[in-house]
Amino acid sequence: MTTAILETPTQTQPAKQKVILCEGNEAAALAVALARPDMVAVYPITPQSSLVEHVAALIADGRMDADIVDAEGEHSVLSVLQGGALAGARTYTATCGPGLAFMFEPYFRTSGMRLPIVMSIVTRDGITPQSVWGGHQDAMTVREVGWVQVYCETVQEVLDTTVMAFKIAEHHDVMLPVNVCLDGNYLSYGTSRVELPDQAEVDAFMGVKDVNWHVALDPHRPMAVDPLTGGTSGKGPSTFVRYRKGQCRGMQNSLRVIEEVHEEWAQRFGRSFAPLVEEYRLEDADYAIMTLGSMTGAAKDAIDEARDAGKRVGLIKIKTFSPFPVEALLKSLKKIRALGVVDRSVGFRWNCGPMYQETMGVLYRLCSETGSSLPSMSFIGGLAGADITVGHFHRVIEATESLLTKPAPIEPVWLNERD
Amino acid sequence: MYEVRFHGRGGQGAVTAASMLATALLEQGKYAVSIPSFGFERRGAPVVSFLRCSDKVIRQLTNIYTPDCLICVDPTLAKSVDIFSGLKQGGTLVQATHKPLAEVIMADTVGIVGLCDAVNIALEIFKRPITNTLMLGAFAKTTGVVSLEALQRSLEHSDFRDAGLAQNMLALERGFNETTVHTIERRVAA
Repeated sequence: MTTAILETPTQTQPAKQKVILCEGNEAAALAVALARPDMVAVYPITPQSSLVEHVAALIADGRMDADIVDAEGEHSVLSVLQGGALAGARTYTATCGPGLAFMFEPYFRTSGMRLPIVMSIVTRDGITPQSVWGGHQDAMTVREVGWVQVYCETVQEVLDTTVMAFKIAEHHDVMLPVNVCLDGNYLSYGTSRVELPDQAEVDAFMGVKDVNWHVALDPHRPMAVDPLTGGTSGKGPSTFVRYRKGQCRGMQNSLRVIEEVHEEWAQRFGRSFAPLVEEYRLEDADYAIMTLGSMTGAAKDAIDEARDAGKRVGLIKIKTFSPFPVEALLKSLKKIRALGVVDRSVGFRWNCGPMYQETMGVLYRLCSETGSSLPSMSFIGGLAGADITVGHFHRVIEATESLLTKPAPIEPVWLNERD
Repeated sequence: MYEVRFHGRGGQGAVTAASMLATALLEQGKYAVSIPSFGFERRGAPVVSFLRCSDKVIRQLTNIYTPDCLICVDPTLAKSVDIFSGLKQGGTLVQATHKPLAEVIMADTVGIVGLCDAVNIALEIFKRPITNTLMLGAFAKTTGVVSLEALQRSLEHSDFRDAGLAQNMLALERGFNETTVHTIERRVAA
């Protein structure tokens, strides 16, 4: 299964799910409590702050039994968690933007040591000019560091995915850290109706905790971790290659595990999310737009309006961005004749959005399999908190439709240039 | 879909009000989404927050540009900010003011007006001009989109930083009872 049919939650789903109203940051915190981590480390930064404040409050109120470390900065936050994970603890933190930049060194080490730490990125645009507003630039900047990265569309998906992330990270075939990305501003502070799963049900879903079976800090079983490899001497090169190949294998395995975990979640809790790539009204579409994160809701409304006006347009949403779901996306791209990709960040090297850049690799695969190329173009919108509205998506749909008859523009379209 | 835009000043609780209204609508079995605007937030500066409600799942997580209703919790704001931007024709204004209808700043698009002397009532109840719960009562009276009972249950679930639950319950009720609702008659263009 590469795509899932999204359905409105039915009334016949498992009982015991409390309906509440909360913002995305609170939903993430509640999900962390449900996953029962042993240790969290925190350093607040906008727009992540209320997330870790909620986590701290849950611990202070006795609703979450975890050690909390209020560290002096993000570099320490992740380093502390590495120690916890090495000792067999389930661990969690959250950050964004400059905080993510400050933790870059341990961030790279986490995936190399195969530590299944879960970290929310409450995505924030990059400085400069100064911005504390949402945008995917932070998460996109670290997309090549070996973390699994998934993006959420709704507050409910934030909650459900944050719980699932622990199970994906800790799976023996994966053993990689996972970023759950939720859009700063729109998802972090967006408040909506959420179904809160029952703790006992989540416990049954999570199963027996088995976080660290490969490098436990155990005085009865001493071992060295994170060794200095030998450069060109001894087994240096092959040791390093073994690490990297193992990481790549874990990344590829995660594609299967993400699907399995989403499937199990749907069966237990009655809520189904496309694990890798979601298709919306794509079956009979001539062309499609591609989205990521919270912008997708407005995009779907625009698609419905365009369909009502007779346009044969569909939507492809990426949920799992790292590893990039090449095979799943390939299947979706085979259904259409033109594609417009909307990014919420900038790919400076290619003069387009980063997701468009990734997609171009899949378009090459498509071309070599089918013998014909798929015309496509890049849109960049929603930078530094800017809105991407239904109106913006109508412009995206119109421009993408023109690719059926006209050559594709080289330059990206900047959606908020006049806002 | 019914869209509401809250206008206030930092510290008056416009963002909290949107969230409390969303909870009340949830109580009534509706879907509701609220979202604050993002900008330079500080006490006294103009702030905006948004609320959508519907009988169906709401997918858009965006700001609101063509509201059905404006709730302005500050009596002086309309002098410095164009609160009426994008209001739908025949839309609703729920305004905190001690002035009579004829002296209230208005736009041609407004069709229904609810007026509540929220600042003076707030000073009686809270000894401070916190008008958000009063104006939720005024909104319920003016539009009927939410019931007073659902708002009362919503308040019971909220954490109050500046004043107790009892005071806010009183504010809600007085906001509802002491709001006057007016329909604006306009001459049909020839």
